[in-house]
Amino acid sequence: MKKLRKLYERLTEGTLFLCGNITGIAILLIVLFLFREGIGFFGRNSVEEGYVLALNRKNPVNKLSSREIKDIFDAEITNWEEVDGLDREIVLFRLNDITNYVTEEELGEEFEHIPECIAKIIHDHPDMIAFFPKAYLTENFSEKVLQVERIGLLEFFGGDEWMPTATPSAQFGILSLIMGTLWVSFGAILIALPLGIGVAIYLAEVANKRFRNFLKPVIELLAGIPSVVYGFFGLVVLVPFVQKTFNLPIGETGLSGSIILAIMALPTIITIAEDAMRTTPLAMKEASLALGATRWQTVYKVVLPYSSSGIMAAAILGIGRAIGETMAVLMVTGNAAIIPHSLLEPLRTIPATIAAELGEAPKHSTHYQALFLLGVILFIITLIINISVEFVKRKRV
Amino acid sequence: MINVENINFYYGKFHALQNISMGMEANTITALIGPSGCGKSTFLRLFNRMNDLIPDTTLTGTVSIGGVDIYQKNVLVDDLRKRVGMVFQKPNPFPKSIFENVAYGMRVNGMNNKKIIAEKVEQALKHAALWDEVKDKLKKSAFAISGGQQQRLCIARALAVEPDILLMDEPASALDPISTSKIEELMFQLKEDYTIVIVTHNMQQAARVSDHTAYFYMGELIEYGETKKIFTNPDKKSTQNYVTGRFG
Ligand SMILES: Nc1ncnc2c1ncn2[C@@H]1O[C@H](COP(=O)(O)OP(=O)(O)OP(=O)(O)O)[C@@H](O)[C@H]1O
Ligand SMILES: [Mg+2]
Repeated sequence: MKKLRKLYERLTEGTLFLCGNITGIAILLIVLFLFREGIGFFGRNSVEEGYVLALNRKNPVNKLSSREIKDIFDAEITNWEEVDGLDREIVLFRLNDITNYVTEEELGEEFEHIPECIAKIIHDHPDMIAFFPKAYLTENFSEKVLQVERIGLLEFFGGDEWMPTATPSAQFGILSLIMGTLWVSFGAILIALPLGIGVAIYLAEVANKRFRNFLKPVIELLAGIPSVVYGFFGLVVLVPFVQKTFNLPIGETGLSGSIILAIMALPTIITIAEDAMRTTPLAMKEASLALGATRWQTVYKVVLPYSSSGIMAAAILGIGRAIGETMAVLMVTGNAAIIPHSLLEPLRTIPATIAAELGEAPKHSTHYQALFLLGVILFIITLIINISVEFVKRKRV
Repeated sequence: MINVENINFYYGKFHALQNISMGMEANTITALIGPSGCGKSTFLRLFNRMNDLIPDTTLTGTVSIGGVDIYQKNVLVDDLRKRVGMVFQKPNPFPKSIFENVAYGMRVNGMNNKKIIAEKVEQALKHAALWDEVKDKLKKSAFAISGGQQQRLCIARALAVEPDILLMDEPASALDPISTSKIEELMFQLKEDYTIVIVTHNMQQAARVSDHTAYFYMGELIEYGETKKIFTNPDKKSTQNYVTGRFG
C-alpha cells in the first residue's frame, strides 16, 4: 500500500518534470528555428534565384547594390556614370526584348540558340545590362556576370522600400514596416491608455459592487473575442466611418488600425490597472479621506501613485498586445508598405506583412528568410516589452 | 462640543449601535472602552462620517458638533473631516517622504505657499513630539522610521490640518511601551488645544489619560461618567467586572 503510493508520487513527479522540460525545450527550439531561418537572410543577394545580370566585358562596373539595380531597371538611373561607370547611356535588356535584336530564325527552331544570341547581343552593346535566366548563360561566356552586393544591415533596417517580389532585384527595406508598426501601436496606446485607466478608476473607485461585478466579466470577455472578428467589425463599421469622418479617399488607414487595436488592448489595460488600483490598502485611502481630501483627490494623490507600477505594466502589456496583433490590423490598415506621414494614410505592420506574404514566399528563398527575420525582430520587441514589465513590477517593493 | 442623541446604527440588518446618547466637552479626553466587537470603532467613526464609506449602512438619530448636525444634507464631508482629525489603530503613513506626509492635508486643501507649509509641518511635528527625531531626515520615506515614530507622524499629519477634534482608534495598540507612554504624554499636551476621543483596550491607559470614560457592551452604552468614578466606583456591576478585568 505504502509502496504503491510512493510509486504513484514518483510517477506524478516524473510526469510533471517531463512536461516542464518538454515545454521549455519546445520553446527554445522554436526560437532557435526562428533565428536560424532569419539570420540566413544576411549574406544573400536580392536577385531572383536562377537569374543572372550580365554586362559587356569592357564595362568598368563590376558590382551593383540591389537598390541600384532596381533604379536602373526602373529607368531612374539612366547613365553608367551615376554608378561609377563611363558617361554613357544605359541600355536595358530583358529576355523578351530578344526579338528586337535577332530574328526568330537565328534563335533556332527549338530556341536552342538563345544562349549564343544573348552572348552576341551583349558583346555588340558595350553599354548594355542584361537580365535573363541562368540557364541561358553559355558555358564559355566571355562577357561579364555582374556581382550583386549582399544585403547589409543598413539596407535592411534603413531601406524604405519593401518590394520582396520585384524583378530583377527585390527590395527588402523594412523601415516602412517598422514605422507602420510604431505608428499604429502608438496611436492605439494614445487612445487606449487614457480610456483604459479611466475605466479602471471607475471600476475600482466609483462603481458600486453590483455594477462592477457585472462590468468586469464583460470587459474580460472582450479579450476572448478572436481577432478576425474585430477585423471584420473594423472593416464593416470602422473603415467606412473613418473614411466619411475625415473625408478620405479610402478608409483603410493607420487610424482604423489604431482604433481596432485600442479596443483590443483595452481589456488588458483595464483588468491589470484595476487589479493594481484595488491593491491600494484601505488604510491608505481612509487616511487621505480623514484628512479632508475628496474622493477624487484621494484617487490621484494616493491610489494612482500607489498603483503606478501596476498601471505602467498595464500600459506596456497593452502596447505588447498592439505590436504583436496581426489579423485585425491586416484587415483594416490598407497594407501599403510606405512610410506613413500621418495616421490617416494606409500603412503596413510587421505582423501583417508576415501573415500576408509567408504563404507566397518560396521556401528558403530570400523573401522567405526576410519574413523570418521580421519574425525575429518582432520576437525581440516583445521580449523587450516583457522584460520591461518585469522590471517595472519589480521596482516596487 | 460633541453631542449624540438617540443614535442607532446598522450594518445592513445588523444593529451595531443601539439608542446611544451622550455628550463630550471641549478640551477633554474621552475614552471609549468595552470588549472587542462592541461597537467602539463604529461609534468613533460616526464623528468624521467615515462610516459613510461602507455601503449599505443606516444611521438614525443626530450627531452634532459645535451645535451643527453633521449629517445634514448641506454639510460638506471633506470640510467636516478637516475639523475632525483621525488617527488609526495601525500607523498608516503614505508612501511619501516624512515632510510630504505632514503636508498632505494642507496640499489637498489648496495650500501652495511653500513657506507656510514648511512652517506648519515643523509646528505639527513639534506638536507631535517628533521634530527632534526626524528634523534631519524630512526627505526620507515615512516607512524608514519606527512604528512608534510612524504613529506620531500620523498624529502630526492629523494636527497639521488644524482640527478641533482628534479621534484616536487604539492609537497605541501596535506600539511598544516606550512609544505608548510618549503618545500618552502627548495627549496630555494636546488636550489644551483639542477635544480628544480615544478608543482603547488598555484599562490603565484609559484610567491614566482620560477625563471621561464610556463603557460599551454589545452595541449599547452601559455607563458613562468621570473616569475616576468609572474605575473606582461604577454604578453598574458589568462595568465593574470589565474594568477590573473580571470580565468573562
Ligand atoms: N464593515 C462592516 N460590515 C458589517 N459589520 C461590521 C462592519 N464593521 C464592523 N462590523 C460589526 O459591527 C460590530 C462592531 O464593530 P466595531 O469595529 O465597531 O467594534 P469594536 O468595538 O471597535 O471592536 P474592536 O475592539 O475589536 O476594534 C462588530 O460586531 C462587527 O462585526
Ligand atoms: Mg475597533
